[in-house]
Amino acid sequence: MAKVIVDGIPVEVPNGSSVLQACEAAGKEIPRFCYHDKLSVAGNCRMCMVEITGARKPLVSSCSHPVMEGMHVTTDSETIRTARRSTMELLLINHPLDCPICDQGGECDLQDQAVGYGRDCSRYTDEKRAVVDKYMGPLIRTVMTRCIQCTRCIRFTNEIAGTAELGGIYRGTSLEITPFIEQSLVSELSGNLIDVCPVGALTSKPTAFHYRSWELKNTDSIDVVDAVGTNIMLQIRGNEVMRVLPRKNDDVNEEWLSDKGRFSLDGLKRRRLDRPWIKKNGKLVEASWTETIQYVADKLKTVAADRIGAIAGDLCDAESMLALKHLVNGLGSANTDCRQDNAYYDISERGNYVFNSSIAGIEDADALLVIGSFPRQEAPVLNARIRKRWLSLTEQFPIAYIGELPDDPTYKIDHLGESPELINELLAGNHAFVDILKNAKRPMIILGHGALIRPDSKVIFEKTMALANAIGAVSEDWNGFNILHHAASRVAGLDLGFIPQGQGKDVAAMINGGVDVLWMLGADEVDISTLSPECFVIYQGHHGERAASRADVILPGATYTEKSGTYVNTEGRVQRSFRAICPPGEAKEEWSVICSIGQALAVEQPYQNLETLRQYMTEVNPVFAQCGLVKNSVAVSVGDGAQGNFEKQPLTAVISDYFLTNSISRASLTMNECSKLRYAPSAEAAE
Amino acid sequence: MSEKSMNIQPAEFTFDQESEQQIEKILAKYPAARKASAVISLLYVVQNQMNRETKSAWVPKVAMSVVAKRLEISPVRVFEVATFYTMFNLEPIGQYHLQVCGTTPCWLRGSDDIVTACKNATGIKEFGQTSDDGMFTLSEVECLGACANAPILQVDHDYYEDMTAESTTKLIDLLRQGNKPAHGSMIDRFNSAPIGKKFSQNTEAKDVK
Repeated sequence: MAKVIVDGIPVEVPNGSSVLQACEAAGKEIPRFCYHDKLSVAGNCRMCMVEITGARKPLVSSCSHPVMEGMHVTTDSETIRTARRSTMELLLINHPLDCPICDQGGECDLQDQAVGYGRDCSRYTDEKRAVVDKYMGPLIRTVMTRCIQCTRCIRFTNEIAGTAELGGIYRGTSLEITPFIEQSLVSELSGNLIDVCPVGALTSKPTAFHYRSWELKNTDSIDVVDAVGTNIMLQIRGNEVMRVLPRKNDDVNEEWLSDKGRFSLDGLKRRRLDRPWIKKNGKLVEASWTETIQYVADKLKTVAADRIGAIAGDLCDAESMLALKHLVNGLGSANTDCRQDNAYYDISERGNYVFNSSIAGIEDADALLVIGSFPRQEAPVLNARIRKRWLSLTEQFPIAYIGELPDDPTYKIDHLGESPELINELLAGNHAFVDILKNAKRPMIILGHGALIRPDSKVIFEKTMALANAIGAVSEDWNGFNILHHAASRVAGLDLGFIPQGQGKDVAAMINGGVDVLWMLGADEVDISTLSPECFVIYQGHHGERAASRADVILPGATYTEKSGTYVNTEGRVQRSFRAICPPGEAKEEWSVICSIGQALAVEQPYQNLETLRQYMTEVNPVFAQCGLVKNSVAVSVGDGAQGNFEKQPLTAVISDYFLTNSISRASLTMNECSKLRYAPSAEAAE
Repeated sequence: MSEKSMNIQPAEFTFDQESEQQIEKILAKYPAARKASAVISLLYVVQNQMNRETKSAWVPKVAMSVVAKRLEISPVRVFEVATFYTMFNLEPIGQYHLQVCGTTPCWLRGSDDIVTACKNATGIKEFGQTSDDGMFTLSEVECLGACANAPILQVDHDYYEDMTAESTTKLIDLLRQGNKPAHGSMIDRFNSAPIGKKFSQNTEAKDVK
C-alpha cells in the first residue's frame, strides 16, 4: 500500500495504482475520456491532468501515472483548469454541436465536461473535419464525426470482447475508428461499445431517437436470456422499457451485458398474450379471469392426480415455479419438470449442478477444461471472464475444449476433439492435457449442456466428476467442478425440486402420453408435436408461440420486466429483480394466478402474497434466504463408480442460433435481423 | 480510402515464391510468439510483389488479410499499420513513384523547380496524381535525410541527388524509355563529400582511394 496525499486528504491505495485511482479514493472526481476501469490505460485524451508536487513536469495525466509513497497531488488549480480548458477546446474543434439531436445528449461525458471546461465560443476558423460513418451492423449506430478518438471501443473489442474488430486507421488529425470490413460486428458483447463510448459516436441503433436519457426511470432487474444472472437496470418511460443497461457487479458481470439481454427488449411488446383464452369447440375464445380460473380448476378436479403434469420454461421466476410445484404436488401429482431439454443432473448435492468456482473465481483458476459447452454463446459475459483470466500476464492459463466449436472462442484453446471418448483418455492419463490439469493448483472443468442432454449424459457426468477428482479440482479451498447452465430458471428449478419426484414423469414421458393435463409454465422450447390431441394443455406464459397455439387454456403471464422475481444463476447465486412496468392487458404474474387456482381447488397453500411465498421458498430450500451471495456445497466424489459406455456421436454445441434462444428474443425484430446477418450473410450483401 | 480504390481492389492475393523466401528470412528474426512485429516488413513484401506483378507498388486490402493470417493477428491491426505509414500505397500508383522532398534544405536548394520539372515532364497537375500513361506518380515527401546533397528526388527506393530541373527532365525521359540510370549524386560529387572530387574539406577523394 502507498500513502498519497490528495488535496490534503491522506489516502492509502495499493502499490501500482494510478494517481487517478488515488484521487478517486480521496473522493475527488477527475474528468476523463479515454480512461476506463476495465480497459487498459491509453492516456491519450489528456483530460485527467493533475499536479504532482516535485514532479519533473508540473502536469501529469493521472490515469497513466503510478502512485509513489508520500506523493502530494493537487486536483484543482488554475494551471490544471487552464490545461483542461485547452484540451476541451482542441476536442471541441471538430466535434459537431448537434447535442440536441444526439442520443448521447444528457449522459455525454464531453457535454458534461464542456459545462466545466468548455469555452463559450470557438476561436477556430479553419476547415473542420468530417468523418464518414461506418457500418457496424443492426445494433450500433455510428456518427463518426462525433468521435474524439479516445480508443475505448478499440480497446474493448481487443481486450474484453476478444474479437479485435475495430482499429484506428490513418494518423494525427485524420485518425478514424473503423472495422476492417464494414459488416455487422461479430461479438456477442458489442452493445457494451455504446456504454464505453464517452460521446455520441456509437449509440444504440434499434432505439435511435426513441428517448432522451433524462426521461427514463430506473428499476433494478436481472437478465434472463442466459444463466449468468447479469445485473441489469431497466430504464422505463411510461409503461415501456426503453433501454436495458448493465449494473456494475464485479462478482457476476463486472459492467458488461450480452447483446441478447440488451437488444431483445422490442420483443417484450410483440406477440404478447394479454388476456385469458379458453378453447371452446376447437377455437380459442376470450374469457375473463374468474371464468378461466374456475375452468382450469374444474378441469383439474376431473383428472386423476398422476395424470397431471407441469413443465417449467427457461425464463421462469422461482416464485411461479414454486407455486406451480406446490399446486401440482398438492393435487397429488409428482410430475413436475423444469428440464425442457431432458438434461441429466445429479441433484444429490447442490455442488453437482452449479458453477462451483463462481464467475469471479475463474480469475483464480490456472487451467481449464471445457466439455460439451461453448461459453461464448451460452454465457457471453462469463466467456469474457475466461478471456480476462487468459489475458492476465501473471500466470499462464491453458484452456482445452472437448466438443463442437461453432465459432472462435475469443482466446487460444487446445481443441482436443469432439468425441466424449476423450474423457476416458484423460481419465486414463493417456493425454498430454491431463498433466497440465494435474500440475495446476486450481484446475477448472466446465461441463456444459452439449454433454448433459445426451442419452449417455449420466456416464459423461460421472466420468467428468471422476476426472475432476483425479486432477484434484475439488479440495477444501477450491472447487473446480462446474456446470454451465444457459437457462435462467434452471438452477432455481433444481433448488426447488421442480423435477419428477418418486414415480413422477419427466418431460419426455409427459409429452408422450404420460399425462392428460399438461401445465406449461412458459415452456416454449419443448417439442409438443408428439403430444396426443386428447391432452389438455394449460399454457401460462407471456408470448404466443407453438405451445400457446396448441393450448386449451391460455393464462397470460408477465415477462421478467413486469414482475418481481427471484432468479438463481449458474453459480447458484440467488438474485431478485423488481417490477419495472405493468403486464399488458389482463396479463398477471404467474404465481398469483396459480395461487388463485389453488384456492379454487382448496389446496392448502401456506402463502397469500409475494412476501409469504418467499418465506415459504426459504423453508423449501434455505439457499433462498440469502440474496446476492453464493455458498455452494462441495461436489461429492463418485470415486470409481463411473460405469457405462459413451455414445459414438460427437459432443455438439447446444445453441445453434445465439440470437433466437427464447420467446422474447424470437419476438424481437432486432434479434431476428442479427440472426439473419450472422447465419445467412447473403442478406447483408443485398443491403 | 476512396470509392475508386474499392473498385480496383483485387479479389485475392497470394504470396509468390520470391515473397515466400523473403518472409521466411523475415520471420526468422522474431520469436514465434512475437511474429506480429514483422507486419511492416511483410507489408513491404506485399508492395514489392505487387510491383513485380502489376508494375504498381501498392498494398491491396485483401493482402492485409493475408498478412494478418500469416502473423495470426486481427486484420484491422494490419490495416492500422498500413494506413499509418505513408510509404504504403493503398491505391495503385504509377510504375515509377517520384517522391520530391520539400523540406527546408531541399526547398532552399530549389525543390520547387524539381516539382515543376516533374509536372511538366509527366503531365501531372497535383501531388498524389498519376500520369495519364500510368508511368509516374508524383508525391511530396518530408525530409529524406540526405540534406547535404539537396534537392533530392526519390524514385521508388533510390535517391537521385543534387537534382536540377534539367537533370530531372532527363531522368524522367530515361525512365520512360525503361533505362533507369545509376542513382546517387547527379553532379561531380563523391557520396556526400564536398563538390569536386574531394573526400573532405582538405583531402582529395583520390588520395584516400
